Amino acid sequence: MGCAMGNLYDKNSLKEIKGSLEKWQNDILPKWLQQVPEREKEFTNLSNIQIKNLYTPLDIEDFDYNTKLGFPGTYPFTRGIHATMYRARLWTMRMFSGFGGPEETNNRLKFLIEHGETGLSLAFDYPTLIGIDPDDPMAEGEVGIVGVSVPSIEDMRIVFDGINMGEVTTNMTINPPAPVLLSFYVGVAEMQGVPYNKIGGTTQNDPLKEFIAQKSYVFPPEPAVRVSMDLIEWSVKNLPKWNPISVSGYHIREAGSTAVQELAFTIADGIEYVRQLISRGLDVDEFAPRISFFWDSHINFFEEIAKFRAARRMWAKIMKEWFHAKKERSMWMRFHTQTAGVSLTAQQPWNNIIRTAIEAMAAVLGGTQSLHTNSFDEPFRVPSEFAAKIALRTQQIIAYESGIADTIDPLAGSYYVEWLTDQIEEQAWKYIDKIEKLGGMLEAVKKGFPQREVTEASYNYQKQVDEKKKYIVGVNIFEENEVDEIRNVPLLEFDQAEIEKRQKARISKIKSERNKELWERSLNELRKAAEGDVNLMPYILQAAKAKATLGEIMNTLKEVFGSYVEPPIY
Amino acid sequence: MSSAETILDDLLNKASNGNMRAIGRILSYLENPYTMPEDLLEKLAKRAGNAQIIGITGIPGSGKSTLISKLITSLRKRGYKVAVIAIDPSSPISGGALLGDRLRMQEHATDPGVFIRSVSSKGLKGGLSLAALAMIEAFDALGYDKIIIETVGVGQSEVDIMSAADTIVVVTMPGAGDDIQALKAGVMEIGNIYVLNKIDKEEANKTYEYLSFALEKGDLGGNDSNWQPRLIKTSAIMGKGIEELVEAIEDHFIFIKKSNKIQEKIVSRRTLMINLLAEQFLSEGLKLASKEMYDELKSAAINANDIFNTSLRLAKKAVDFLPQNKKD
Amino acid sequence: MLSPQFTKSEQFKVLVAKLGIDGHDRGAKVIARALKDAGFEVIYTGIRQTPQQIVSSALQEDVDVIGVSILSGAHIHHMKVLMEELKNAGASDIPVVIGGTIPLIDVDELKKIGVREVFLPGESLKRIVEIIRKLAEEKRRLESRG
Repeated sequence: MGCAMGNLYDKNSLKEIKGSLEKWQNDILPKWLQQVPEREKEFTNLSNIQIKNLYTPLDIEDFDYNTKLGFPGTYPFTRGIHATMYRARLWTMRMFSGFGGPEETNNRLKFLIEHGETGLSLAFDYPTLIGIDPDDPMAEGEVGIVGVSVPSIEDMRIVFDGINMGEVTTNMTINPPAPVLLSFYVGVAEMQGVPYNKIGGTTQNDPLKEFIAQKSYVFPPEPAVRVSMDLIEWSVKNLPKWNPISVSGYHIREAGSTAVQELAFTIADGIEYVRQLISRGLDVDEFAPRISFFWDSHINFFEEIAKFRAARRMWAKIMKEWFHAKKERSMWMRFHTQTAGVSLTAQQPWNNIIRTAIEAMAAVLGGTQSLHTNSFDEPFRVPSEFAAKIALRTQQIIAYESGIADTIDPLAGSYYVEWLTDQIEEQAWKYIDKIEKLGGMLEAVKKGFPQREVTEASYNYQKQVDEKKKYIVGVNIFEENEVDEIRNVPLLEFDQAEIEKRQKARISKIKSERNKELWERSLNELRKAAEGDVNLMPYILQAAKAKATLGEIMNTLKEVFGSYVEPPIY
Repeated sequence: MSSAETILDDLLNKASNGNMRAIGRILSYLENPYTMPEDLLEKLAKRAGNAQIIGITGIPGSGKSTLISKLITSLRKRGYKVAVIAIDPSSPISGGALLGDRLRMQEHATDPGVFIRSVSSKGLKGGLSLAALAMIEAFDALGYDKIIIETVGVGQSEVDIMSAADTIVVVTMPGAGDDIQALKAGVMEIGNIYVLNKIDKEEANKTYEYLSFALEKGDLGGNDSNWQPRLIKTSAIMGKGIEELVEAIEDHFIFIKKSNKIQEKIVSRRTLMINLLAEQFLSEGLKLASKEMYDELKSAAINANDIFNTSLRLAKKAVDFLPQNKKD
Repeated sequence: MLSPQFTKSEQFKVLVAKLGIDGHDRGAKVIARALKDAGFEVIYTGIRQTPQQIVSSALQEDVDVIGVSILSGAHIHHMKVLMEELKNAGASDIPVVIGGTIPLIDVDELKKIGVREVFLPGESLKRIVEIIRKLAEEKRRLESRG
């Protein structure tokens, strides 16, 4: 028998298939092609992998079921991290949103809680994301636009006013200032009398991708990683319900990377963090179960599904074989997915609803734990309520109508999907090898390697679109003059200037009313701690409680760590 | 006074009053010497002669731009007006240029006492050196006290530019200086001040020792026996060692002023500029002349005949096409 | 203040900058590359640029066109300041274009304050380069007329 181990096909059947395939290729196909030639000279996906006309068992001839796939909830988790997957519990439909000041957000959160939501998600405005206060000149005109402004513990108190923080979990999309925002959060929970073991949620807290893609960096790479690892180490020891990091490929992809680069760079980021934490003396099984991931789901359907499946298999292997994790949970790649903002177009914006639906289906078929679907009006502005509702309904239709969630990993065993999963994994490993040779991701980032790769890929893609080698409906094919149609898109309206004024006024009130002595001492102690190598979390928490503002805490750290300005990489 | 002259004087007046646009425009004219206003350089040079020209060079990745940004902060605190000429070395065969050197100095973009100008070899008729030398005259004339020229220190024109500076600062980083042969290439060996940047890196001490040894032995450093080249440790990103570097730059300026070398430097800079300008005129004239003598040149080439004399006639003809002769 | 017989380098110069504090620099970098490949000299000043920084950089570099990219939603506020600064510097003749996530209603507003062109997501590189070239040529033509 040719299928010792778990091989899918024995040699004899493969031979037979090969014979009939050759017959088809030589006798049948050419006649058809003569009459109807193929549409394109070549078909490639977004990672520029060549796609063949047909896949057969011959493309996965050595396929070993048990080593490649296993079963849901078993190593290498290709088919899913849970044994039951969506038959037991659907993915979490986590819609990240927010704008304005703490008062607006408090109202919104209360509304969501009344409607049964317990998993809250905070989007912050740009000043908060880069760690500056609303009264910083750089913040002018930016306060409260893309998310909520939370520059102090007092602002956080207002966000959660009347909400029991022991009964909700909160996802905070925040990076360099993550320790500060977590400190505000913990500080307010303490005021509410919530014990540490009941404080639950997530901080994105992924510093390396900031340099590769998102560019909301503050400190240079090394101190940035230190601060982030401080948060993880501290929460592993103090907040048993906190997910301290969400290693994010999303922003890398949105910055124009290919699917393979997104996969490889994000896993390489993860590897760097695991090494950093182990070198601090932590046991891998102590922290690894708390690491989660965040992926983009782009428009090339099968490529994305293959990416998600490859990601689980790779991470499981890395955790088991490289880092000798013993707990299965340490090997799980748990992940959140967001559909691709970058795939949306201003032209014929309604089409974005369909794009998002296809991308959401890929995420579900790829086994995501939670999903955010973008709204069709995002090429213009932060989503309107109407558009956000359609985005949520898209998920609900997939979940409740389509039958997609009724069986686990339904595309497994597809010759094409399995071949593509292998291809993407193989190419991602090549990148990871290269990054290992550069000394790991921190070194690679300092050398500008992933930055250059992403920049190059995004330019190549844009050129392909310009040359019509890749199509975007309404952009370079089936274009129409539809200005009026776009004008009818209803947009979110709010008085930004008013919110900015209110936020500025509050920060100056906080500054004038706080205990100067406590405040000053807390920042001095933080500075001293930063100069040494102790964990900074307790010092940041102390400063947050002493009403030091976000900007003040970040500036104190900048004095010690310096500020990052990126080298010119095009 | 011709109207062109009035316009030029007007532009110079505005520039002297610190009008950024006027200064920017004067620099643009200097990028195209063949058609620049004929008395522009002389009007500038007459007012010049006070600035310190600081050439800063170093391998890519040594952190020059960040270092210069910190240097500007410190020089500004001392009350100096600072100009930066950021020279981009990339000159791909086709296409344009993408200049990002000022990216790391943008914190100074709105300071009226700082002027940053990027220069690429693309689109420059007279080459990098000529443009840089002319810009030095301009900034000097317009009251900038410290004129920093940033280059990566490879290629002949960069050597020319650096040699024209009053003070040469060579920036290196841990690991990069362990092979002195590498440092000896190009302008690295003629530095007055050496900077070991990124001292927070592990190999910093080793490289520092290597460099001090090379300096003591005289393998590195300019050929002025009266100036002992300095070696300074910095961490530009953390702002460490910057004051010491500024002190060294000031000391070197005092040194060359005391040893009466300043005038010598100015004269040699201008001599080089005049030479390069003449070279440029001739080469442009030559292009136009060879267009006119096309048939003659072709015939000489085809028949393998009269090559020496045709060349000579061409050279003589080129003179007819020099700028001042264009007016006829 | 310009005279016909003095000419600048023949290459068009464009400043490309990220206005505001969002970090989405994919578009800005792609445009910078496309302009470079089309023969332009591009000055790239990176992310987190204020209107003041952009204007003074444009003056110092004597550029023909200013191209800004912004995805933070704060475009109206920042562009008003930028156009005002440009006017105060006597440099309103430098054409300004913008790209980013911008509602159509704001496109009208931006054009009203003097922005020459607004590029939305999905715009082709070729068209962006063509328009910038046209604006640069126009500016040079006006200059040479004095």
